[in-house]
Amino acid sequence: MKALRRLFLIPALVITASVAVLMSATASAAWQPKKPIEFIIMAGTGGGADQIARLLQGLIEKKSLSPRPFIPINKPGGSGAEALRYLKDKAGDDHVVLVTLNSFYTTPIIQKNLGVDISQFTPIGRMALDTFLLWVNTDQKDITNLDNYVMKVKKAGKNWKVGGTGTGQEDSILTAMMESEFGYKVTYIPFPGGGTVAKNLIGKHIDSTVNNPAEQNEFYRAGKSKPIVQFTEERMQAFPDVPTARELGHDIVYYMQRSINGPPGMSKEAQDWYINLFKTLFNSEEWQKFCVEDGLTCDQWVAGNDLAAFHKEQAARHKALIEKVGAAAITGQ
Amino acid sequence: METILVSLGGGLAEAVQPLNLTMIIIGCVIGLLVGAMPGLGSVNGVAILLPITFLVPPNAAIIFLAAIYYGAMYGGAISSITLGIPGASTAVATVFDGRPLAQQGHADKALTAAATASFIGGTISVVLFTLFAPPLAEFALRFGPPEEFALMVLAFATFIGLGGDDIPKTIFSILIGLVLATIGLDIISGKPRLIFFDVSGFLHGINFLVLAIGIYGIGEMLWTLEQTKGQVIVHKVQTSFRAMFRNIRDVKHYAGTTTLGSILGYFVGTLPAAGATPASLMSYGLAKTFSKNPDSFGKGNVAGVAAPEAANNAASTGSMLPMITLGIPGSPTTAILLGGMIIWGLRPGPLLFSEHPDFVWGLIGSLYIANLFTLLINLAFIPVFVRVLTMPFTILAPIIFTLCIVGGYAPTQTMHDVWLMFVFGLAGYLLRKLNYPVAPAVLAIVLGPLAELSLRQSLLASQGDAMIFLERPISATCIALAVALMLYPSVRRLLERRKRAAATE
Repeated sequence: MKALRRLFLIPALVITASVAVLMSATASAAWQPKKPIEFIIMAGTGGGADQIARLLQGLIEKKSLSPRPFIPINKPGGSGAEALRYLKDKAGDDHVVLVTLNSFYTTPIIQKNLGVDISQFTPIGRMALDTFLLWVNTDQKDITNLDNYVMKVKKAGKNWKVGGTGTGQEDSILTAMMESEFGYKVTYIPFPGGGTVAKNLIGKHIDSTVNNPAEQNEFYRAGKSKPIVQFTEERMQAFPDVPTARELGHDIVYYMQRSINGPPGMSKEAQDWYINLFKTLFNSEEWQKFCVEDGLTCDQWVAGNDLAAFHKEQAARHKALIEKVGAAAITGQ
Repeated sequence: METILVSLGGGLAEAVQPLNLTMIIIGCVIGLLVGAMPGLGSVNGVAILLPITFLVPPNAAIIFLAAIYYGAMYGGAISSITLGIPGASTAVATVFDGRPLAQQGHADKALTAAATASFIGGTISVVLFTLFAPPLAEFALRFGPPEEFALMVLAFATFIGLGGDDIPKTIFSILIGLVLATIGLDIISGKPRLIFFDVSGFLHGINFLVLAIGIYGIGEMLWTLEQTKGQVIVHKVQTSFRAMFRNIRDVKHYAGTTTLGSILGYFVGTLPAAGATPASLMSYGLAKTFSKNPDSFGKGNVAGVAAPEAANNAASTGSMLPMITLGIPGSPTTAILLGGMIIWGLRPGPLLFSEHPDFVWGLIGSLYIANLFTLLINLAFIPVFVRVLTMPFTILAPIIFTLCIVGGYAPTQTMHDVWLMFVFGLAGYLLRKLNYPVAPAVLAIVLGPLAELSLRQSLLASQGDAMIFLERPISATCIALAVALMLYPSVRRLLERRKRAAATE
């Protein structure tokens, strides 16, 4: 009888063992990328979004966080419209993610016939909030503060050239906000990417710009450009001597989110894998160091449904902003 | 000057250290293969191999990536010449004369010319880089939208002003290219333009490599099929060391073209907007315009291979200048290099030269060494590459066909582009039958978007006043040169006619 029981026991053990092995196998074989991941940047090369994407790509490789590489691809056309449409057309694809700017909200509002609804996209994680400063070439010696900046712009009128990364991008919104606050009108000239804007400011082809710190830092350090005012709630650690617009009595505060999003209908397993990956990156020493150096705010990790809620609130805020300054002020028509 | 020589000496010493030298050689070989493979190109090569660089110190890493970039510029010519498919966008102009040469059994000549011209282009530009990097960076800054537009006009002029070709047909071909270039989202307002049948693939615009592969790969194959009527032809190739040395010595016949192409390529490369592709096309156009025998271009003139190859290598060095000094990549590949530098903790910008001289000079030193090694490796492989042509067309054609599909699919990874490529192939074949030049269309689709953007930016800045192009010294000079180039062939023809008339009298 004992022998008989033992006879039963062996196959039972074998079965339990194999089930256990199988289960652990499926657990570790949770979703993994099977081919290179397209890392879409909705802006041109050299800009803030581009630098971030390339840094993240590098960190992923350096820390071997992904079995397949991330390939950054720039799709700057039409203030990010090209990238948004591309992502929409990739619905259900688990091997493409987008690094955003605020044109993620504004472009679908301004270009209604694009047919993109961002609430359909798969939220992954928010990497940072980026900040804005007003920059001029150092050679404009008579501009030392916001007051004489505004005076000079008013005098120049439409001959004052403000460079930016495209109508509907955050810098164009901020420019429109300044126009309505100070009561002047400038000429807004779009360039493909914040790096090119910076170059054109240094080369004096434009008169001022609202670049992100990352885009101007090296020129600032070289003494070629200077910040006049920052559009944050409080002075940033990196720019202790530059006043905020709010301090000067002008309520212009504007941030840009840098988040990672997937196409509509990305599988839950893939979404979880990406959330996990980008969370690791967010908490890495390298990323936090980059945030401090570049004047990015990176103190809170927002992912998944929380990010979707954040997107919803921001989209509503941008809609209100656009209505206030008028879409025409942003598109320049 | 002395400090430059000392720094360069240090850089060269750095580059020949065993680890760095190994990286250079491996990088060159990988680059050569990546460049020769249609659709792969240096962008993908550098992107895929970026992670490997974390295993070695930053200096060795950038040297490795730069060597790949460099090798790919050489490699692009190989498939352009042997198969007639441009391996990369920078090698499209190489097909114009490289392919006819190969068909006439002179592939070895074309390949040697490509390698030698690349070497000369690379060397001239790296010397310019060494001596004049800071002032040139300053000069690049002076290029705003009006200057960029004037440069584009100059580029178009090099193609319109070609003597010998049918000028109305050339203009027609340019216009077709320009129309194709407007497809996609408007650069400034973001509104969709010319989205045929509402196919969303058109939103991304027409990728220029798709057009080039279609016209030259598929179109050419159809043409060959018709010409040979299915007969099996085998190209004769002879390769010997003596022939190779003779080919290398032939460089002196097109030394002027090569030097001009190198200098032009370097300058165009330093401008962040342009890069190696426009540089190689402009260099080809100039070589043809100033040739004593412009009619032979497009039918197998060795100078037509040397000019674009010198320019694209020079431009690849040139595009490192804005990357290092301004932090703005001059080409997609340098954009990835830039990403690498950020990860290694190096911030490119005006201060990089003074804050990290070891790094910058190590990179410059490696360019000298990489150039030499790529030349040697390339020359050593020429007999192997030429073997490809000894395959019967019945075997070669399916290979070309497959490579075309891969090359059409790879850049955007959509089937839409593959279908487009077939359409362009058919259209290219028909245009060729009707004796239309297709090269101007290729030029127009590359330069069209750049020209449109800079034109509209300039006019926005000037409140619609076109005088902005003539008021600024650099752009006025470019426009004047463009006008002169357009008139040059007719003036020359007029002078020749008068001379002939005088002779007969």
